[in-house]
Formats: sequence, structure tokens, C-alpha cells
Amino acid sequence: MSQFTINIIFVGLSFALYFGIAWWARAGSTSEFYVAGGGVHPVMNGMATAADWMSAASFISMAGIIATGGYAASTYLMGWTGGYVLLAMLLAPYLRKFGKFTVPDFIGDRFYSKTAAMIAVVCLIIASTTYVIGQMTGAGVAFSRFLEVDNTTGLIIAAVVVFFYAVLGGMKGITYTQVAQYVVLMIAYTIPAVFISLELTGNPIPGLGLFSNHVEAGIPILTKLDQIVVDLGFTAYTADVPNKLNMVLFTLSLMIGTAGLPHVIIRFFTVPKVADARWTAGWTLVFISLLYFTAPAVGAMARLNLIDTIYPQGVDAPAIEYDQRPDWMKTWEDTGLIKYNDLNNDGRIQLYSDSGLGAAELALAAATADGGDVAAATTTVEEAKAEHALERDGVFVDRGWAGNELDVNADILVLANPEIAQLPGWVIGLIAAGGLAAALSTAAGLLLAISSAISHDLIKRNLNPNITDAGELKVARITMAIAIVVATWLGINPPGFAAQVVALAFGIAGASLFPALMMGIFSKRINNLGAIAGMLTGLISILVYIFVFKGWFFITGTANFPDTEEYWLFGISPLSFGAIGALLNFIVAFAVSYATAPPPAHIQELVESVRSPRGAGGAIDH
Amino acid sequence: MENHNDSSGYWRANLRLIKVSLVIWALVSYGFGILLRPLLSGIRVGGTDISFWFAQQGALIVFIALIFFYAWRMNKLDKQYGVDEE
Repeated sequence: MSQFTINIIFVGLSFALYFGIAWWARAGSTSEFYVAGGGVHPVMNGMATAADWMSAASFISMAGIIATGGYAASTYLMGWTGGYVLLAMLLAPYLRKFGKFTVPDFIGDRFYSKTAAMIAVVCLIIASTTYVIGQMTGAGVAFSRFLEVDNTTGLIIAAVVVFFYAVLGGMKGITYTQVAQYVVLMIAYTIPAVFISLELTGNPIPGLGLFSNHVEAGIPILTKLDQIVVDLGFTAYTADVPNKLNMVLFTLSLMIGTAGLPHVIIRFFTVPKVADARWTAGWTLVFISLLYFTAPAVGAMARLNLIDTIYPQGVDAPAIEYDQRPDWMKTWEDTGLIKYNDLNNDGRIQLYSDSGLGAAELALAAATADGGDVAAATTTVEEAKAEHALERDGVFVDRGWAGNELDVNADILVLANPEIAQLPGWVIGLIAAGGLAAALSTAAGLLLAISSAISHDLIKRNLNPNITDAGELKVARITMAIAIVVATWLGINPPGFAAQVVALAFGIAGASLFPALMMGIFSKRINNLGAIAGMLTGLISILVYIFVFKGWFFITGTANFPDTEEYWLFGISPLSFGAIGALLNFIVAFAVSYATAPPPAHIQELVESVRSPRGAGGAIDH
Repeated sequence: MENHNDSSGYWRANLRLIKVSLVIWALVSYGFGILLRPLLSGIRVGGTDISFWFAQQGALIVFIALIFFYAWRMNKLDKQYGVDEE
């Protein structure tokens, strides 16, 4: 049986499962459509939330980021999990007690202001749309790589699948499909990792294998990795990060961003009780951690395997000949995600850290071919050559190396893992189904957050408050359908902001939504004006700081400063600014609130009521 | 609110619990995982230092433990102060 047939069977079976679940869990009311009727068991909800949370980025990209970044990439591991502690203690139980359908619902009611609700809707739509484009393109890539269709066709297939179960089932359909998707993506991620860990360390649990001895070398795997990457001129894998302030703020920004992302928060509205919302956060983190314990092992072992493939005799011996390279490299070269450029014409593949010489040579070749700025590219090459000669006393020059010759896109590590470890074809089929499960489950959750914000907060709250439940359900379905079409179109024609998920989605959720929600619960004194001023401060400050370094509205050439550490304010990167935006939000909200009248008595009672779990069951129908 | 005093006692107990939990939360991630790394570099684990382990795995384990501990304590406090869901 060909690999293509195997992939079709695995992906087809998983899709049949999702369709079956969607049909079984059709939504009959707005409560079922928005919050699955509020009747999901916390363990099951934890599993669904984990699938909702773990996106194409977690499944496909994270291990690659860790493989490249080593210790520095720990930010993602801590940042994307620590937010659940904040959710469990600062937001989820109280928002569940509040008992409505959306995040802007709470902000609008607590701050007795349609303007505040509208700002929340805007934040939600920017954050979720940026996020959903990444999922659609991720699904498109998985389809085109494994099912041999072109990217656009892949995206449209993905859209049709999501359309079917999200429009039909709403939150109820999405929840139970996500449970199935969680199982599929976890199995797909774990099986290759277990094989690789067994092979390298003899330990079947990858998370433990990472801290075990390398079977052949007899020394810890991380020590071996440190040695060989340093020998190749890279920073040591476990090396400390000099800019600690930035690392702390980046981690904090990811944590509060995670806690403030609406598509995650609404998952906590689906459980029957406040106590269940607390348990849900715990179970979610357990299910997420199963993947996050494995990811650093996958990253480190993939890097080791890759270098071993290139330098089979060790990094001091000559590298592998290009003609002798394994089949998986050929497959991925076809997709353009692995590039080879024989700079010193020795027919071998030199992979090392070269002061950017290899990249500069590639840019020069491209400029010469496309009629670009050849003179500038030549200067860059000369500069890189000079630095290359100085580097480590010219040891690489002495070996006759003329720059790094292999460019490996970090995203392929997880997808190519089974091939690198020479695992059977069905494991590759499983990875295809798993990658799609990760992308589709997150896309569905995001689309629900977007469509409920529009149908519930925009249309019901502002335009037509007297709409019937059946009418609103119909509007919610139509909005969902439109959102899917728009997301698909943006996936086919990705705008400049699509690549800025971490900066935009997490920045806005952390700087604008998280502080507003937290102050709404923990302070009775914050009033409508304070909240509005605070949210706007958070939103505008993060956007300006991102635009200044990455270009206004991400249009290339409009950035005011280069996006490098020496230009950042106090060394704080645009990705880390969410935490600063949140701080400004808090300060402004308190200053404005204390300078103006306190909230009316019924709002203070509302705050009292969300703080006390009693009576949560009845609040869901409104 | 029929038991106003009780419920504010409940809220104070909740805030105390959150404070303690968040101190631990910050200590294991920002402390052990990032800022205190130079001080802890002498403690070796599996070929590297303990801060590397905290940053890549240890903090996650503590996060999970913290959430379950908080949920368990709060569900008990709910009953103690009579604000649990019937």
C-alpha cells in the first residue's frame, strides 16, 4: 500500500469520526450553540479545552522552536501553561458564575457600558482572526504535504469539515469533536516520540529520556547536545539567556495572554458548576502537559538526530555527501522547506553556525537571478565572510567551509520525525491526522468565539435586543458560516499580520482583555470610564509598540526602528510588551476610576454575586 | 446577601489562598526557571542544571499541583462558608 493511500485512510477515518460526532451532538438552542447547554463534565471539558488550546503551532512548530532555541525557548513552555493557573484562580470560576455566553457579555454588564463591550468585541475579533488564519494555513500545509493536493484545495477541504460540525453543532458539536481530536493528536504526537526516545536513551517516556544518558555515548543527552552544537559554532543548547528582563516579560505576556484569550475562556462556560470550572482548569493543564512534557524531548532529540544524519562520523569528521542523503531529506527538499546550497563545491553538506554567510550567499544568488540589489547583497556577503574568518579563530575556514549549506525550516521537525527515525508508514499517516486535528480543533473554537461575539454581543445587545432564541440561533449559524468563509479567504491570501500571532493575539488578549476581566472581578471601585480608558490604553500601547518595530499595520518598510534588541525600549521586545501594556491598563483604569464616581449599587452587587459560587446553576438561562 | 460578613470572610480567605499560590507560581517559573538560574547552576540534573529542568518541565508540574490544590481548598471553603452550589 502506498504512503498516499495510508495517509488518506488515516485522515478519512478521523474525519468520519468527527462528522459522526457532529451529527450526534446537533445544537437545538442558543445555550447549546454557545456553551453546549452548560452540561459538560470537567474531565471531558478539560480534554476539549486542551485540544482547543493546542493549535497547529503547538503541534507542528513548538518542538522546532525548542530545537533551535534550547533553554531560551522555555518561555513558550512556561508561558503557554502558566496562564492556566491565572485562569483557575483569577477568572474562570467567577466568569462561570456570571453565567452568560461571551467575554464581551461580562465586560458590557460589569462596566455598564456598550462602549466597553464594543472594545472587547474589537479586541476579540483582532486576536481571534489573527489566530484562526494560522490554523487554516496550517491545515492547508498538512493537506498539501500528506494528501498531495494544492494548498488552496487543502484549505477549502479544511473549511468544509469545520463548516459541517461547527455550524451544525455549535459549542456542543465542537466540544465533543475536540475530545476526539485531542485523542487523535496526542497519539500522533506521542508514538514517534516514544520510538525516538527508546532508540536514543532506552527510556520509553520521552520527557524522562531528555534527562537520561545517550545509549551510544554513555553521557547525558543534553551534555552531548551541548558539545556538538558548540563544536559547530552554535550557542550551547542549555546556555543561559543574557536578557533576563525580556525573558521574564515574554513569559508573563504569554501567560496573561493565554488567560485572556476569549476562545479559551468561553470553554469554561460549558460546565455545570463553579467548582467544575476550577477542576476544568486543572484537567486542561494535565492534558496539555502530556504534550508539553514530550515537546522539549522531541526538540532536543530531533536536533541531535539531524546533526547525526549530517555528520555520521561525528562533527570533527567530514559531513555526509549530498548524494548519500536519506530519502526524507529529498521529500522535504521538494516542498522547499529544506534547502541545500553547495558553497564550497565539495559535494558534502556542511551544517554549522557561520555568522550568516550561507544566508547572505543565498540572498546574493536570489538578487542576481531576479535583478535585485546585487551591490548591497555583495557587500553583505563580504561582511559575513570577514566575520566568518574571524569566528572561533577561523577553524571553519581552515576546514575549507564557505558558509552554512543546509537550511532546515524548524516547522518540519515534528512532521518529518517519523521519517527521520525510519518509522513505519502508518505512523506518518497518524501524524497527518494529528496535525489536522490540532489545526481544526483550534480553528473551530476560534470561529465560535468570533461568531458568538458578533451574533450575541453585536446583534443581540446592540441592534435587535428582542430577537427570539430561535432567531438568534439562526443568526449565530449564519455568522459562523460567514466567519469560516472569511477565514478561508484570508488563509488563501494571508495578510501581513497573519505571521504575528504571538505578538498580536497574545499581546492584545494580555494587555487589554485580561486586566479588564480581572479588575471587573477583584475591584468594586473600577467604573465604566476607568475600564474603557484602561482597555484602550492597553490596546493602543501594544499596537503602537508592535507597529513601531514591525511596520505600521505590518506594511513592510514602514517600521520606525529595526526589530533588534539594541533598539527595543529597555531591551523589551514587541513580543514581550503585552505585560507592559497590561501594567499601563491597570494604572490608567485605577487612576480614572478613583477620579470619577464609583459604580452604582447594582454593579457592586453584581461583583458580590460573581464572587460567590451559590446559585450558578440558574444563571445560565437569560 | 444574607450572610454579608461570612461572604467577605470567604472572599478574604480566597484572596489569601490566591496570594500564596501565586507566590509559588512566580517562584518556580520566574524564580527557579529564569532569574535564580546563576545561583542554582551548581545543582545538576540529567546533564544540565536544575533551572533548565524547572523551565522545561518542573514549573508545569507545580502549576498542575497548584490548580488542583486551589480547586480542592476552594471547594472546601465554599461549603465552610455556606456559599457552595446546592
